[in-house]
Amino acid sequence: MKLATKRRSSGKKVIFGVGLFLSLSYVAPFLLVLINSIKPKLDIVANPLSWPVTVTWENFQEALRKMNFFRSLVNSIIITFFSVSVLIIFSSMLAYYLARTKNRFTKTTFLILVASMIVPFQALMIPFISIFAQFVSINNRIALIFFYQGFGVALSTFLYHGFISKIPTEIDEAASMDGANDFTIFWRIVFPMLRPVTATVAIVNALWIWNDFLLPRLVLKQDSQTLPLSTYLFYGQYSTQYGQVMAGLLLAVVPIIIFYLVLQKQFISGISTGAVK
Amino acid sequence: MSQKRSTRQIKRFLTFGAIPLSIFLAVLVYPFAQGLFLTFTDWNGFGYTKISGFGNYTKSFQDHTFWVTLGFTLKFVIVSVIAVNAVAFGLALLVTSKLKSSTIFRTFFFIPNLIGGVVLGVIWQFIFNTALGAISRKFSLPFFQDSWLNDTNKAFWALIIVTVWQSSGYMMIIYITGLVSIEQDVLEAATVDGASPLRMLTAIKIPLMAQAFTISLFLTMRAGFMAYDVNLALTGGGPFRTTELISMHIFQEAFAFGHFGTGQAQAVLMFVMVALAALIQVAVSKRLEVE
Repeated sequence: MKLATKRRSSGKKVIFGVGLFLSLSYVAPFLLVLINSIKPKLDIVANPLSWPVTVTWENFQEALRKMNFFRSLVNSIIITFFSVSVLIIFSSMLAYYLARTKNRFTKTTFLILVASMIVPFQALMIPFISIFAQFVSINNRIALIFFYQGFGVALSTFLYHGFISKIPTEIDEAASMDGANDFTIFWRIVFPMLRPVTATVAIVNALWIWNDFLLPRLVLKQDSQTLPLSTYLFYGQYSTQYGQVMAGLLLAVVPIIIFYLVLQKQFISGISTGAVK
Repeated sequence: MSQKRSTRQIKRFLTFGAIPLSIFLAVLVYPFAQGLFLTFTDWNGFGYTKISGFGNYTKSFQDHTFWVTLGFTLKFVIVSVIAVNAVAFGLALLVTSKLKSSTIFRTFFFIPNLIGGVVLGVIWQFIFNTALGAISRKFSLPFFQDSWLNDTNKAFWALIIVTVWQSSGYMMIIYITGLVSIEQDVLEAATVDGASPLRMLTAIKIPLMAQAFTISLFLTMRAGFMAYDVNLALTGGGPFRTTELISMHIFQEAFAFGHFGTGQAQAVLMFVMVALAALIQVAVSKRLEVE
């Protein structure tokens, strides 16, 4: 018995060691970016792995200015926030309609939505751009938010649909006896019950839209660029300014990591329910 | 009575369904259908003059670089699906092995997933081009002397490494959900019966969480076919367009060379491949799940 516990504890040590090694290798690239972001270029060229000897903040000043960091950050926040909010409103309403009204039309619509999730954006990207070119030129941020509705509505509706189907219809019926109309029933009674899915929908879509690159690259103009876009363009232009690039990368990474650390629990549960559905 | 019901249904449709469904039709269904149609014409990005049958498809298949891309993409999908899922499942086992530090480990494994492929690709380009070179000079290791990104074969493995690093944390969460959903009683019964840890894994845990594998395999496969960001930022398709995955190839074909017709034909082929692979994979996994 004693031997068994001893063996188990040494087994645990091995597992801990493996875990520690792996976690360090998962964060090592970020640490590398961090230490090089405060080193002068010559020190980076001499040895990218050394600890910073002379610390400089110039890299950050240059990166903030050249990649228009605050403007891109605000663009990213605006685009993500509005896209996700409108997606929540539209897809929860659509899911309510599809789950509560049972006829051939709603069944077919639901099937088409589910099937559409397999279509890669690349399969329609080329005609898409020529169809919407004029719309994009009027206001490309609003156009982008509009596009995200079209591309995101299927998955979000699917997630809401599964949850709404489990809510007993008696609840709606009771409210409808009291004379409430469908719109009020949904927003006053059903929607508040959807909070767990709303969290999932918000997180899954926010991660996607925040990091999306291809669609913004095709749609957004210079002054409405999002963070991934401006990071990439900044890198393209100043790729040999290692220190500035590292500072820029760090700036691009920090907002989402902070957001994650604050909402970690919601992230993990959101992703596991979002994927398993 | 029935007329009253049908007006109520129409009203419901207009209140709840009309706006999102119209946007869905305009943004996704219409461009998709039009894209399919345009591949059979001599479309040049602005208009078309005649129906040209399968011309765009035959032209695509006569293009040598398209075959290179197809081969490279298939290899990438197969290797990345296996590698991501193997690593992710391993991480999930590690994190669920009742260590005190498992929550911290989980956080670390998940972090790369929060960040977009472009930023990750740039970070790793610095690692492969600059950092590893410095290490190899310092310790005179020949392995990293020349950047991996200058060699097609090594660049392939660089793409795999970054993809595994990026997506294993996400898939790990799915496997954790699967592992946690197995009932404790079953595991205890097996322990009492003297099942070895390996046997527990293959005979009990994996069969009972088969659904997690179905989902995770599906997601990684789809991501493999659609991969663009990491490809663009890490290798940029180079050296000499030998590491272009299909997504980048389509983008280049249309927006860099202006071959809209063949580009769109290749996009349709990509859709067919994704759809076929997904249908086969889900059908096979469902059958295995039942067994």
